[in-house]
Amino acid sequence: MSTTVNPLGPVLDTSAAPADARKVGELKPDLLLTQQHHMCPGCGEPLAVRVFLEAIQELGVAQKTIAVAGIGCYTSFSGTIDVDLVQALHGRAPSVATGVKRMLPDTVVFTLQGDGDMVNEGLQEVLHTAARGEKVTCILLNNGVFGETGGHMTATSVLGQRTKNTLDGRDAEYHGYPILIGDLIAQLQGAAYVARGSVHNAGAIARTKKMFRRAFEAQLAGEGFTFVEVLTMCPTGWFIPTAEGPDYMHETLGEVHIMGELKAAGVVRSTEELHDENVRRAEEAAAAKARDLAAKHQ
Amino acid sequence: MTATVPQPTTAPTRRLMEGSEAIATAAIAAGCRFFTGYPMTPFTEVLEHFARLLPDVGGVCINAESELEAVGMAWGALATGARAATGSTGQGLSLMQESFSEITLAELPLVIFNMARGQADYFQATRGGGHGDYRHVVLAPMDITEAAELTQLAFHLGDKWRHPVLIYGDYLTAHIQEAVSVSPIDFGELPPKEWAVDGALGGSGRSRSVSPLGFGKVGQPAPGIERHLRDIDAKQRRIAAQEVRVETGFVDDAETVVVAFGTPAKFVRYVVSRLRADGEKIGYVRPITLWPFPYESVAEAAAGARTVATFELCAGQMVDDVRLGVLGRAPVVTIGGISTDGSGFGVGPLLDAEIIRDRILAVHRGGAEAELPPLPVNERG
Amino acid sequence: MSTITIKSRGTVRIDTATCKGCDLCITACPPEVLSMSTAVNHLGYRYPQLHPGCTGCAACLFVCPDFCFEVFRFDQPVLTEVEVAS
Repeated sequence: MSTTVNPLGPVLDTSAAPADARKVGELKPDLLLTQQHHMCPGCGEPLAVRVFLEAIQELGVAQKTIAVAGIGCYTSFSGTIDVDLVQALHGRAPSVATGVKRMLPDTVVFTLQGDGDMVNEGLQEVLHTAARGEKVTCILLNNGVFGETGGHMTATSVLGQRTKNTLDGRDAEYHGYPILIGDLIAQLQGAAYVARGSVHNAGAIARTKKMFRRAFEAQLAGEGFTFVEVLTMCPTGWFIPTAEGPDYMHETLGEVHIMGELKAAGVVRSTEELHDENVRRAEEAAAAKARDLAAKHQ
Repeated sequence: MTATVPQPTTAPTRRLMEGSEAIATAAIAAGCRFFTGYPMTPFTEVLEHFARLLPDVGGVCINAESELEAVGMAWGALATGARAATGSTGQGLSLMQESFSEITLAELPLVIFNMARGQADYFQATRGGGHGDYRHVVLAPMDITEAAELTQLAFHLGDKWRHPVLIYGDYLTAHIQEAVSVSPIDFGELPPKEWAVDGALGGSGRSRSVSPLGFGKVGQPAPGIERHLRDIDAKQRRIAAQEVRVETGFVDDAETVVVAFGTPAKFVRYVVSRLRADGEKIGYVRPITLWPFPYESVAEAAAGARTVATFELCAGQMVDDVRLGVLGRAPVVTIGGISTDGSGFGVGPLLDAEIIRDRILAVHRGGAEAELPPLPVNERG
Repeated sequence: MSTITIKSRGTVRIDTATCKGCDLCITACPPEVLSMSTAVNHLGYRYPQLHPGCTGCAACLFVCPDFCFEVFRFDQPVLTEVEVAS
């Protein structure tokens, strides 16, 4: 989708904070030391980082949180996230998080991993950690590619997805099928809360933030392993213009890795249920927007 | 978190225990509160003893689903400032090598137990089996009593240098039973672990980072990757200069010097002392630290010797370090060899005082060119 | 030509120097009051500009990967007269 909006009226001065106004949105989360980073234009990862840091801040647990970072594009946030942090190797964060949490059971421990890190290299780690019900929160930034190395297929890449080593699109016969990691983990008894969110629009981002809050709350309550997967845009790895990222993600990854709360309060929801819920929500949003537009023109 | 050695809660008693139990007991006496491992012969019993003993002292023992995850868990525990360990046999440690290398760069004091199948893991232990320039301190006990002492020393050295330490044991170390008394050894004060993470500095702008990469957090100084690697190298050189441990016997006028480590060294010691009693001018060098290797002791012993022999239960790995120490002053020959039982895990027929005696005497009488008796053959092949 | 009145309930401060020109804010803005500049910043990227009609919903702030937005709500809405073609 290209930028076809055509606002009316002059360009306003946005270089400084206005007088006679109150701030309702901060530039960056408090727990991020600087807004500067080297993610590509249009990258979805910083959007996820913002909301989980805000969730930690709002829950008031910043001073007992320990992050365990994996290896991927997001690793550069290891230097800018202002909580105690242990840097792990590719795929290995869940076991490191286990060691941290077992020694410091009163802390909030989370991992930050990409799909290449968690679902390729570290698949056994996250499954075992979930099965054991380790009281940590594993966070997956899922963009369906190995971003940092240039855009290659991962275990979550969907059929038909074009990557550097699936130039004609992922083919089931040759490349096999994607792993729906959130769905797998939801089946494990040790997993207490499993959710899949996304950052393709502001509404999805707001819902994802709620998922982070619920996950951390479940960890604090000692309910077991918690997991939040976030679908993020990677226009560089997908070889598309940045503006098309959200729609591409919604229409490719989002059709296979279904968004929603996969497991909560002991109830596992099926892919079909979540898909139907998402379709209903989108229809309601479209109807509401149509009503707003109609009212505007009266 | 200060790394002090806790007081024993019961009076230490001397009792018969297998090496695995002595090691676990000694580790706990040294303050180890986290252990994780994967069952593999002949290491398995070490894991069993930790699983039994740790909960009683408020520690955690996790039966990891793989060696790869075991070392990861230990990494996490270490990052919190706890004394933590893992272990396996050579094959299992092969799986842990990436993390060993990076844990070294993260400057975490991991203690690693290798209950090896023979002595063919010498290179893996001393050369750094993974990628990179790292060297771990490697301690090789010859019996259970020494294993218990060196286990406690390992935790102390690990914290002293913020560096991993490996205990090289084997089937005999793990399974022989001896009468042992284990009580905490006081090695002296160590600085508190201010680098350890506990969450408390979150949001302060000075939150901590435990990382192998040499990058810090924005606003805090960090060396960067090249300087960090050089700093580790410099630390390793300091360790090499200060932590050599070796035992020598009868080397002052020895014509033949035998070098051996670990449980076979106990056999060699015994044989050499018997031969000395018979008047043979034979001496031995027993490296206790395989890294840093006691090159100076080997060089001194070789200075007046006609022949230097190494006895290892493998094709010959430590012999490379012996050659480096001897530096051509005397010929170096291997009188050990590959010898194992039918399972491949345990003790082979070469580990026999009579056979070792014959092999030492052959080079003592015939020199470096002497023909050695053929290696004994395991009945089952 | 006729004149319409556009009500702005909110406004933003945009850190144009940090913007990487990804365009995501343009489509994310529900009242559609952002457009990309023709000028470029020192990194060579075009950056968003604000037009009248902002509601202060902060959607732009949430979808911006480079944390370029601060969002404000006016105590009193600001009215802007805009000429449009009839």
